[in-house]
Amino acid sequence: MNFISTIQNVFRGRTLATIGMIWLCVILVAALAAPIFAPFDPLDIDPIGRLQEPSWAHFFGTDHFGRDTFSRSIYGARMTVVIGLGSVVFALIIGGLIGMLSAYFTRLGHVLMRIVDVLMAFPALLLALVLMTLLERSVTNTIIVIGIVYATTTARILFGMTLKLKGEVFVDAAKCSGAGHSSILFRHILPNLISPLLVQASFIFAFAQLQAAALDFLGLGLPPEIPSWGNMLSEERIYVTRAPWLLLFPGILIIISVFSINLVGDAMRDSIDPRFKDDIAGV
Amino acid sequence: MTQPAPLLQVNDLKTYFTIGTGGPFGSGKQTLKAVDGISFEIHAGEVLSLVGESGCGKTTVGRTLTQLEPATDGEAYFNGTEILSLPNSQFRPLRREIQMIFQDPFASLNPRLTIEQTLAEPLHIHKLAKNRKEARVLISETLQLVGLDPKVMDRYPHEFSGGQRQRIGIARVMILKPKLVIADEMVSALDVSIQAQVLNLIKDLQRDSGVSMLFISHDLGVVRHISDRVAVMYLGKIVEIGNRLEIFENPSHPYTKLLLSSIPRIKPGRTKVEDLGEPASATSPPTGCAFHPRCAIATEICRSAQPEMNELSETHVSACHNISQLLGGHA
Ligand SMILES: Nc1ncnc2c1ncn2[C@@H]1O[C@H](COP(=O)(O)OP(=O)(O)OP(=O)(O)O)[C@@H](O)[C@H]1O
Ligand SMILES: [Mg+2]
Repeated sequence: MNFISTIQNVFRGRTLATIGMIWLCVILVAALAAPIFAPFDPLDIDPIGRLQEPSWAHFFGTDHFGRDTFSRSIYGARMTVVIGLGSVVFALIIGGLIGMLSAYFTRLGHVLMRIVDVLMAFPALLLALVLMTLLERSVTNTIIVIGIVYATTTARILFGMTLKLKGEVFVDAAKCSGAGHSSILFRHILPNLISPLLVQASFIFAFAQLQAAALDFLGLGLPPEIPSWGNMLSEERIYVTRAPWLLLFPGILIIISVFSINLVGDAMRDSIDPRFKDDIAGV
Repeated sequence: MTQPAPLLQVNDLKTYFTIGTGGPFGSGKQTLKAVDGISFEIHAGEVLSLVGESGCGKTTVGRTLTQLEPATDGEAYFNGTEILSLPNSQFRPLRREIQMIFQDPFASLNPRLTIEQTLAEPLHIHKLAKNRKEARVLISETLQLVGLDPKVMDRYPHEFSGGQRQRIGIARVMILKPKLVIADEMVSALDVSIQAQVLNLIKDLQRDSGVSMLFISHDLGVVRHISDRVAVMYLGKIVEIGNRLEIFENPSHPYTKLLLSSIPRIKPGRTKVEDLGEPASATSPPTGCAFHPRCAIATEICRSAQPEMNELSETHVSACHNISQLLGGHA
């Protein structure tokens, strides 16, 4: 099971997912090498050249400070990647641990999963809003808040799956071999959770973008001076009639990116699931 | 005459489960007496078979003795140490000596671990190998012992057939050189053509290593060649226990006779198999002798009183009210 053949399995015969993956790579490259690709400094203001239409000089036009929207969009890709990866890592580690430990240690689970249930009773955006109002606007806090929101769903899913895996015969067999709790949890149960975790990661990455954009738009997310697609939407929203391109480009970028992540996530799930079935049926 | 102390001495073991959600007012809860007061012993090097039909509690006996289920009551002395009440941390070193082979060879191997990883785990836990190289040597030896090519250790479980997987399961147990192996229906999930091979393998391994076994099966036919002694279980209780010949040639309990008559025979003309009937429920067992609703010779007392264990010989014990009648006078 090597890495390259796994990748080939995921994308063979799935054109849309392949296009989605290419787009995500473009975003990643843009994020890593933003200073190289951006023709202007994203923070350079130009009071004379405000609200310019898209042109060869400014592909995406300029905003109400005269900043180059194209350059800001490229720097915005950075935030997309940082927020996405940050939320995924936070949510999977925290949520995964809560879910696994709760299922494995029943008493602890009674407490932890009740807290998760309470948090899940809030709609995701409302929960993020409430938490954000308690915290300062910053990249870290945005990641933490979105991470907490999706840690709850991750915990729920992994709780159910761990509960099932914990009753598997191979877990009993490991106990009979003398394996301790940590070895059973992390050596025997966790590797069997890799595919749901991957699916969950792509789901969180996509929704984190929407959440972050919504928080930015409401002025509760990233600090306003950071160019992110959500902040761009938020700051330029009053110019929607005079300079619609200011909303069009970041809006399209968010939509295409979320769509791409979902396509790639679905492809991963589809390609992993049948092989998972093979383990059980292909004997 | 004094016999050496048994390797395993089980006294009045009980394992009850609470089942049912309990409903909103905790009503629907029921106690399921999966194992209800059984006693037996296994001596060093001996194979005791535990037979009985599905649901009578055989697996639960094995799982309780390996602390996979908590015992409700009773004692089990292993080499003189009471093991049912041992805290997990103190039982762990003993796990090396008390090993279990599971019924389902497909479910008992972790699909995400290679055979080497699966077999190395017990070695490292019990510090039987200092490093990977030492472990691989031991794994190779054990794989050969169970009739597999050592090269298979780099592969994953899904690449193997049921019989091969059960051999891997046997290897995982034998690599620890245990004193007692509990084999739970270890061939019943396999093709009939494979069953004999695996049975012969475990029989040879048992004889060569001198390990004691609790061999669990619902099929008296399977246990015939492997057992030294046989215990017959019905609804959580042992109804008859004796040497192999005593059980197969001279069965006394009506249930044992029923089980014996249901072993399929190849001889034509003897095809009549007595109807096994419906086993009773373990949540609300019949009063008196649990077997009486299905028993051809049940009398009034069977409905009201639980039968005692009657000694038929020093090694042969049977729990039936009507034994003296059957044998024509008390033994
Ligand atoms: N963890 C459990 N919780 C509740 N009930 C259980 C549990 N394990 C077993 N039982 C019940 O206990 C009884 C005995 O089960 P057990 O598996 O020991 O029987 P068995 O003799 O091994 O049967 P089989 O031949 O089907 O394997 C059954 O009625 C079963 O439903
Ligand atoms: Mg069983």
